[in-house]
Amino acid sequence: MSDVKSVLLVGVGGQGTILASKILTMGLIENGYDVKMSEVHGMSQRGGSVSTQVRFGKKVYSPIIGEGTADLLVSFEEMEAARYAKYLKKDGKIVVNTYRIPSMPILSGSRTYPEHIIESLSREVPTMSLDATKIATDLGNPKSANVVLLGALIKAIGMTDIDWKAIIAKAVKPKFVEVNQKAFDAGFAAV
Amino acid sequence: MKQLMTGNEAIARGLYEAGVSFASAYPGTPSTEILENVAKYNDISSEWAPNEKVAMEAAIGASIGGVRSFAAMKMVGLNVATDPLFTFAYLAINGGFVFVSADDPGMHSSQNEQDNRNYAKFAKIAMLEPADSQEAKDMVAEAYKISETYGTPVMLRMTTRVDHSKSLVELGERVPFKAVPYVKQRDKMDPVPAISKVRRYVVEEREQKLKEYSEQTPLNFEEMHDTKIGIITSGVSYNYCKEVFGDEASYLKLGFTYPLPMNKIRAFAGKVDTLYVVEELDPFMEEQIQRAGISCHGKDVIPNIDELNPNIIAESILHKGQEGVTVSDDLFVPRPPALCAGCPHRGFFYELAKRKDTVMVGDIGCYALGGAEPLNAKDMALCMGSAFSVGHGLVRAFSDSGQQKRVVAVMGDSTFFHTGINALTEVSYNKSNTICVILDNRITGMTGHQENPGTGYTIKGEPTTLIDVERVVHALGIRNVRTVDPNNLADMKATLDWAYSIEKEPVVIITKWPCVLKKYSHEDAEEFNLDKTPCIIDEEKCIGCKKCLTTGCPALRFNLKDKKSEIVESDCVGCKVCMQVCPVKAISRKGYKS
Repeated sequence: MSDVKSVLLVGVGGQGTILASKILTMGLIENGYDVKMSEVHGMSQRGGSVSTQVRFGKKVYSPIIGEGTADLLVSFEEMEAARYAKYLKKDGKIVVNTYRIPSMPILSGSRTYPEHIIESLSREVPTMSLDATKIATDLGNPKSANVVLLGALIKAIGMTDIDWKAIIAKAVKPKFVEVNQKAFDAGFAAV
Repeated sequence: MKQLMTGNEAIARGLYEAGVSFASAYPGTPSTEILENVAKYNDISSEWAPNEKVAMEAAIGASIGGVRSFAAMKMVGLNVATDPLFTFAYLAINGGFVFVSADDPGMHSSQNEQDNRNYAKFAKIAMLEPADSQEAKDMVAEAYKISETYGTPVMLRMTTRVDHSKSLVELGERVPFKAVPYVKQRDKMDPVPAISKVRRYVVEEREQKLKEYSEQTPLNFEEMHDTKIGIITSGVSYNYCKEVFGDEASYLKLGFTYPLPMNKIRAFAGKVDTLYVVEELDPFMEEQIQRAGISCHGKDVIPNIDELNPNIIAESILHKGQEGVTVSDDLFVPRPPALCAGCPHRGFFYELAKRKDTVMVGDIGCYALGGAEPLNAKDMALCMGSAFSVGHGLVRAFSDSGQQKRVVAVMGDSTFFHTGINALTEVSYNKSNTICVILDNRITGMTGHQENPGTGYTIKGEPTTLIDVERVVHALGIRNVRTVDPNNLADMKATLDWAYSIEKEPVVIITKWPCVLKKYSHEDAEEFNLDKTPCIIDEEKCIGCKKCLTTGCPALRFNLKDKKSEIVESDCVGCKVCMQVCPVKAISRKGYKS
């Protein structure tokens, strides 16, 4: 089972982790991997912390992972990377979007947004940070931040032999293909 | 070509391939997407029912009528539907009848953690437990064969991780089912005591036959490897065990889990050194195995609370922990779910929270979030449609014991149609002064926007009879009824003042505004001003009092550097609640003259 890789994508309800994981799984399946994916639905989606787990390899059994077993953590929001870091293997890696979404205790003023998250994570594991939201906004479509992060994800996990831009062309509507392909490249180049 | 599907999508595909004609459900996480996906197949009549009991009854009627039929529900939904189920278990099967109970170990989106496998044993019906999407699809077809061969309702017991995990599924073609022509057979279909007493024996004989089936079905199979550890398991736990042990243990994987194949289990137990039963939640299999005199480990090592995962199983059996990354808890702040920016429930909760000597009874839906900081507008909740009746009981207790409290009970439109109508009948009939509030957001919100009897559309998006909440309330004999726009805080406050002033009669307030995430119907567009121009804050005027933040809107934040509130324009939908709360009129709609 040693060939099975586990990627954990986390963020805040509504950030679009779904599209990134959809493109990822499409590419993996086309290239002959067995894939299992698990995500949360329902109450926690309402602005809460959300996670999607993608596992792939020759044969995958469990659709979910416990703490200490993810190879790569991709966080769509800065603080969420710290919340889920315990799911990483000791030799895991992090890709983190430095975009911040304050949670309710921060919005209401009872807590402050934690500082030095990236530095603290970097002391534990290789941590690649990028402002995916800014990169996507500069490319003209803030919503493509998820595909910017996918580009960074692919670089981090090293699955470069797959033609991801062709997969993107199949996964999104024709008018969004180009912007998403650019987003992918920008994310790949940013880490 | 294999497709990546969730368990719920696979069930829908299985129903299509099995020639099923009729499917009904009430939404509930983690089961909701089953019917949403069934509705995509035009060969299946799919319907949202007002509640799970009605869904099951309609599906039972279709089965009696001779076609293959289906119902889906979350585990607490089956509590509502057990009345028809337990008696249908005594009647004859014409077209096969299968239903899904989607359990939620770990309570990701549920109010309790009940293990519905117990219902299969309780009702003496057959049960199957798929472990992944392929099995979910394949087991549907087998379930219909079992139902028709043995004359039993069949429960497909899913769990959140099977419902919502995606894995690869090989698709097949639809095999049409030839309807069984209806023939009156009252001696099998009318459960008056004289007939039920006869059918009671039929149920018992059927259970014996199902035990024989359980022994021979390939759904229950051995996988022999190293025999030091033997594992009996079912559902997603099988995949967790395979992940942990691989070929270093032997397995008896059970797909058909009621009745259990006790001979197969005994034979397997004889081949291994130490036997473990690995199952989520209750010791459902373990207790039956122990009672049969087969010694095994189970809940002495595996927890009976929360969902399992590979780590828990490795720790429980192999005492092997996972060393992962550790970071300080100071690096993150809790992120509880919150009412969305522009949620029409916010204005109501904001005004309600100010009331003194009030007990606030909630219900199941997005408005469950009204209890959290900073709104704090809820004391309790129980189950679907219960707020008004629980509220009435509180009113009785308070008046009988001299406690000066007013009771405000709250539920949504879909919950009102689910079982809230019965509860409001109680309030009206028994002369309660409970203030009953129906938060009508024109959709079933929490489960992801399903149509309901109040929206005027079916699951397929076809126009249908719109059952008007206010007219239903009047028809139940409530004389004091007001409908209000909850985003208008002055109106909301005046309506609550009016309700509190009526001390001897029931009162109903209907707050009516569409869910901000809803895809608006053209009726919505006609009835409501749905302009989503965002609000902005005039930095010069803002005094940093944080009053706007007490609304709990996620589009608002406080800039600690400037000591001023800010609105994230891309998140704001212009509900204007914060505008009305601001004491210095620093907030206005973008581009509007203040």
